[in-house]
Amino acid sequence: MYRRTSISLNRFKMVDLQVEIAGLKMRNPVTAASGTFGFGEEYADFIDLDKLGGIFVKGLTIKSREGNDYPRMAETPSGMLNAVGLQNKGVDYFIDSIYPRIKHWNTEIFPNINGSVIADYVAVAEKLNEVKGINGIELNISCPNVKEGGMAFGVSCTSAIAVTKAVRKAYDKTLIVKLSPNVTDITEIAKGVESAGADSVSLVNTLLGMAIDAKTKKPLLSTITGGLSGPAIKPIALRMVWQVYNAVKIPIVGMGGIMNGNDAIEFMLAGSSAIQVGTANYIDPQICEKIVDEIEQYCSINGITKVTDLIGGLITD
Amino acid sequence: MKRIQDFSVIDTIWLNSSSYILILKSERTLEKIEPGNFAEIKIPDTSDIFLRRPISVYDVDHDKNEISFYIKAIGKGTNKLGSLLPGNKVNIIYPLGNAYTPVKNKNVLIVGGGTGIAPFKLLGEQLSSLGSRVTYVFGARTSEEIVLSDIFSKFGEFNCTTEDGSLGEKGLVTLHSVFNNIKDFDIVYTCGPDPMMKAVSKIAEDNNVRCEASLENMMACGIGACLCCVTPTIRGNAVVCTEGPVFHSTDLKW
Repeated sequence: MYRRTSISLNRFKMVDLQVEIAGLKMRNPVTAASGTFGFGEEYADFIDLDKLGGIFVKGLTIKSREGNDYPRMAETPSGMLNAVGLQNKGVDYFIDSIYPRIKHWNTEIFPNINGSVIADYVAVAEKLNEVKGINGIELNISCPNVKEGGMAFGVSCTSAIAVTKAVRKAYDKTLIVKLSPNVTDITEIAKGVESAGADSVSLVNTLLGMAIDAKTKKPLLSTITGGLSGPAIKPIALRMVWQVYNAVKIPIVGMGGIMNGNDAIEFMLAGSSAIQVGTANYIDPQICEKIVDEIEQYCSINGITKVTDLIGGLITD
Repeated sequence: MKRIQDFSVIDTIWLNSSSYILILKSERTLEKIEPGNFAEIKIPDTSDIFLRRPISVYDVDHDKNEISFYIKAIGKGTNKLGSLLPGNKVNIIYPLGNAYTPVKNKNVLIVGGGTGIAPFKLLGEQLSSLGSRVTYVFGARTSEEIVLSDIFSKFGEFNCTTEDGSLGEKGLVTLHSVFNNIKDFDIVYTCGPDPMMKAVSKIAEDNNVRCEASLENMMACGIGACLCCVTPTIRGNAVVCTEGPVFHSTDLKW
């Protein structure tokens, strides 16, 4: 009883949850990860989208894509594999038909852009550069589920730099580059895209994995391999955020198996300025809003007045 | 409107060694639920079952705020749900998906197999109340798997097939004699394993009878966000959880 009272008194002192990604101010550090949150409207029955820091909407390409064949999903211990393969109706459809429906929300909308060749990425970025209200994009060089492009750009320093440079030229606003964990040294790629003009890096995308049905001797995904997400990958993701935090100066948007406010705090302590919630949205469509509340509560209890004080606050000595 | 909320278990009624009815009660008035809708059920108290399970609604009692599901205990999740005790809490997201098209004063055939019989209590009830004449034909391997026939019989003529001939006609459901008069039906509704639904759709289409099939694809989110549950259609990949699970058979490319 005493404890409750003290929490509510502390909460009276407002916690400043605002964060900034390369000059782009967000209400709080909690955003939804691309591919797990549709275009936001799928979740509108469950949560107040205005309470989120931002939404990274479903991956876009220059032309519409049907994605991969079913089955595209397999449940695995503490996680899941997916092989959706960037099914979307193309960037023009997003700009003309979807964005007008979602732009009234008082949260940052970040399109996630994809391509098979650099020219495709550039074409998508150029179109989004003209859209008023969209203040940032996420350049996805880490999708493991497409045959051409995607992760191929993100696993080599040379190509990661090349695509980032090209998109940087075409895009004036906040450019966040989404990194693949399927590399030997993620800090090399992070430093590369930083030098190529990225404003921020988001990490990690899914880890390449696979699942087999021993009875049928067949893979569980139509593509044989797919992207692993969920709490199973959290320790790897945290480690990579920490490594990248110590290697670059640009802000990090951290993700990988965040299921609750405590996980989000851990990612901020490891060096994330903001976080993305992905697979957890499938289990609890209200989780993003709950994580905002839990971060605020953590700050209140611990006497933290500004959430930005958590960034990189890991105590190592 | 879709809703996420906790329900209390009223009962789990086992019908045979592998299937049961899970009855849940809400403290709030239920959302409207239509025949064919499903729910995403969170398996309680388990860390090793990660995703929710999409399960068809079997029955609704709006007066008591009760919703029930016909479930086969196949894996860890469905076995866990079957072991719940009265008073246990279960979190579900509902109502999800589209519904079978209701028709008035028509002659309808309902073909089910396996857990695919789940939506057909509500559908038969709705159609018979609309003046339609309902004929059921359900297929199973053995007589033990033919369940709830007394319930279904309230809404229409009940037929079945078993592969071992222990009840009803012997053989696969699509060989039942009711299909001899397929042209007499205005519409066929089906739910069950894909091979069964494909065979049913083909018979219906060959005889110019409209057919609606409800797919049982694996899902993650259930609300159209993850795009994991797609099926190929004449309009491209359709998202089963929101554009379905019920499709016109002629739209499906299977």
